[in-house]
Amino acid sequence: MSMGLLRLLRGNKASAPVARERLQILLAHERGLRGQPDLLGVLREEILAVVSRHVTLDPTKVIVRLERGDEVSTLEVDIEVPNDFERKKAAVA
Amino acid sequence: MAKVLVVTSGKGGVGKTTTTAALGAALAQRGDKVAVVDFDVGLRNLDLVMGAERRVVFDLINVVQGVAKLPQALIKDKRLENLWLLPASQTRDKDALTEEGVGKVIDDLRSRFDWVICDSPAGIERGASMAMRFADEAVIVTNPEVSSVRDSDRIIGMLDSKTVRAEKGERVEKHILITRYDPSRAARGEMLTIEDILEILATPLLGIIPESQDVLRASNVGTPVTLSNADGAPARAYIDAARRLCGETVAMQVPTERKGFMDRLLRRRAA
Repeated sequence: MSMGLLRLLRGNKASAPVARERLQILLAHERGLRGQPDLLGVLREEILAVVSRHVTLDPTKVIVRLERGDEVSTLEVDIEVPNDFERKKAAVA
Repeated sequence: MAKVLVVTSGKGGVGKTTTTAALGAALAQRGDKVAVVDFDVGLRNLDLVMGAERRVVFDLINVVQGVAKLPQALIKDKRLENLWLLPASQTRDKDALTEEGVGKVIDDLRSRFDWVICDSPAGIERGASMAMRFADEAVIVTNPEVSSVRDSDRIIGMLDSKTVRAEKGERVEKHILITRYDPSRAARGEMLTIEDILEILATPLLGIIPESQDVLRASNVGTPVTLSNADGAPARAYIDAARRLCGETVAMQVPTERKGFMDRLLRRRAA
C-alpha cells in the first residue's frame, strides 16, 4: 500500500501547510512587537505601584497574564493580599 | 577586501558549526585565506568538528584580554594551506567578550584574512550578539521546522538592528541556508517547503543542504564535510554555497527523493 493511499484512508492531511499558516500569523505579531517596550512588564510595575500605595503586598505574588483571542484579548491581574494587611498597615501607622 | 561572515540561527542544533567548518574549508579550497572563529565560549565545538581539539593552546578570550597574540592563538589546518581556526575558551565566562576587545580582534583578523567566519552560539545572548556585531554578511542556518524558522526571524531582526553596520545605516547582507532538508518528507507534505521558508523570512537562499549521514560521519572523524566526502550531496551543496558567497551564479540544486530499488522496497515494508 502506498503512503499516499494509507494517508487517505487514515484521513491524515499534510501538516506543512498548517506549520506555514501558524508561523505567518505568529511572526506577523512578533515583528510588530519588536523594539516596543515590554507591555506586560510596564503594566505589572505600574499596577504594583498603585496597589502598594494602599495595601502591603509581596511583589512576587503579583501575576499579570495576557491571553490573546481572535475577537478580544483578556488581561488578568492576580494579586495575592495577605489577610492581615489591615493590621500590618495599622502597625506601620 | 576582507569579509566578516557570521553563521547564526538562534536555535541550537541546526548545523551552525558544521556549516562554519564546511564553508570555511570550501572557501579555503578556492584559494581564499580563511579564519573560522568559535564564539561559543564555554561550549566550544568548532575545534572538535575541525579535528583540532588536541592542538588548542590559546583561545579567543586570551586574545581579547591580551594574554596571547593573535598569531599564537590561531591554529593552522593540517589539510588546507589557507584555513585557520581561532577556538573559543572552554573555561571562561562569555562576559569576557567585551565589545571593544572583540572589535580589536576582528580588525586584526580582517588585516590578515580574506574571510573571517564567526560561528555563533545558539540563543540571543552576549555570545550570539558579539558573533554578529561586526559582521558584513550573515548566513542564517534554518531547518525546515517551525521553531527554527521562528528563531531565524528573530535573528534577522537582530542583524537588522544590533550590528555595527545596522547602526551606521548600512545593511548586513543576509542569506538563508536550509540544512537537514529531507526531500521524501517534503514530498509527503510533512515538512515546510523551501518556498514557504523563503516567503516567511523574506531573505534570499544561499543553499539547501540535504539531510545526510555524511554530516555525522564528518564530525565523527573531525573533518569538514566538504573534505571528508567531497562528492557527497552535502559537500556539493556547501561548495556551491561557497561559490555563491564569492558572487558566482550557480544553479540551485533542490535535493530530490532518491528512488532506488532498496528505498522502494524499504518504504513498502514500512508502510
